[in-house]
Amino acid sequence: MASLRRKSPPAPVRDDRSPVRITVSGLSKSYGPQSVLREVSLEVQPGEIFVIMGPSGSGKSVLLRHVAGLEVPTGGTVAINGHDPRLPETRDRFALALVFQSGALFNSLSVYENLALYPLEHRLCPKPEIRERVMRALRILSIENAVHKFPSELSGGMKKRVAIARALVMEPQVMLYDEPTSELDPVMAATIAEIIATLKEQFSVTSVVVSHDRDLAFAIADRIAVLHQGRLLAVQTPAELRENRDPIIREFLRPAINLQEPRFKKLEANHD
Amino acid sequence: MNRINEVFEAFGSALILAWRAFRSLPSAPRILRRVSEQGYLAGYTTLPIVAILLFFIGAVLALQAGNTLRDFGAKQLIGTLVGESIARELGPVMVAILLAGRVGSAVTAELASMRVSGEVDALVTMNIPPERMLVLPRLLAVLLITPVLTIIGNIIGWFGGAVVCAGVSTIGVEPEMYFQALKQYLTVRDIMDGLIKAEIFGFVVMLIACSTGLRTRGGPREIGFAVTKSVVFSLIAILTLDYFITKALD
Repeated sequence: MASLRRKSPPAPVRDDRSPVRITVSGLSKSYGPQSVLREVSLEVQPGEIFVIMGPSGSGKSVLLRHVAGLEVPTGGTVAINGHDPRLPETRDRFALALVFQSGALFNSLSVYENLALYPLEHRLCPKPEIRERVMRALRILSIENAVHKFPSELSGGMKKRVAIARALVMEPQVMLYDEPTSELDPVMAATIAEIIATLKEQFSVTSVVVSHDRDLAFAIADRIAVLHQGRLLAVQTPAELRENRDPIIREFLRPAINLQEPRFKKLEANHD
Repeated sequence: MNRINEVFEAFGSALILAWRAFRSLPSAPRILRRVSEQGYLAGYTTLPIVAILLFFIGAVLALQAGNTLRDFGAKQLIGTLVGESIARELGPVMVAILLAGRVGSAVTAELASMRVSGEVDALVTMNIPPERMLVLPRLLAVLLITPVLTIIGNIIGWFGGAVVCAGVSTIGVEPEMYFQALKQYLTVRDIMDGLIKAEIFGFVVMLIACSTGLRTRGGPREIGFAVTKSVVFSLIAILTLDYFITKALD
């Protein structure tokens, strides 16, 4: 038994806590004949909040999954400080945390167990310290009272906050958020936005946020990328993007509701 | 052609999954709690059905064989026939079929739903191999629980035969004579052969269940398809392997 224990995987070796750079070069992704990402290149600076916006189906979440190392690119590369995010060593070194759109909490585990899973599995610290770490994350997100609940007992907003807390326990250098404010009421969405901005200030993490939410993007982003049909249209600061004259970007950022000439009727006419 | 490719792909993925799971074996002491949970779930949910099914299989076997052997004047051999048939063949096969239907289907549904809801991706981003956390405990649990279920199933099946032999007047074999014949011809080798079969079947059923679950993509409809696929593949694998293992153990 003792010899088996000695062979257990060692605790991850972390780089220094300085924020990291994410480089995406010529990234393409196709699922069969369907091309989802086309030659996307961008660079996320260390410690910045980088928001990726775009209409539904523009490839935002697929791009984020590539950064998280969950997808194999058809072409191009993604690198985190020069390392491939698909490699377990890279994940160990930089602790990439992804906050899923659905939360992706483990339904069979309580909130505490969800949060403690990462440090326990990687044997990062003794159990009392893990407990302290978990409770600190829950306090930051004001959800200490949910510690013994199961995901099925939580509201959508609570699940999102628990998912962020779970990511925080990892003490990540890269935080990836997939639609963190979707399905939330405006107050809860604002709370999540404040949390994302605060985490950047307090822990100097490099954050990539995929969102449809214009208010969220303009409030917290250092820079915003706009994707359309798998192509990168622009990477600009919020102020620059507001002045952008590209009709697709303007339409996406300020869609006017036109009841006299509805868009779906135009689409129908074009289709016929 | 696509169908054939799919089968080969599924076979290859299952082998890779088994390899990755057993590569995590050094961390087994850390997953003992999960192994015991899975073992309890598999054993607790399957044992009552195993008991009922094997009892009646023993009973039917004794009834069918009893009448035929009586006509040949060899009814004292009923115990041998029931004992050997259950220990070498029916016990392990029935336990495996019940594992596939009761435990394998549940495991496939659980893992497929974890895959679809992003929980498996969450494990990957946390650098926790799903093979270590989700697959290895289930494989170890089934390896521990299958022989136990088979031995209990065998004993209950033998008793089922004894009850019929004593209770049905046209057969009229006393339990003493029945068990005497059973003990006289049934060897440890017969029982061990049955347990080897059961162990292999149990492992294959669980591997198919885990692999099918983790390969699921899409939504609720695909979870249903995955469960059906897992049970059908398991049944085919059990009956195909049964022939080859029997041949090899002969």
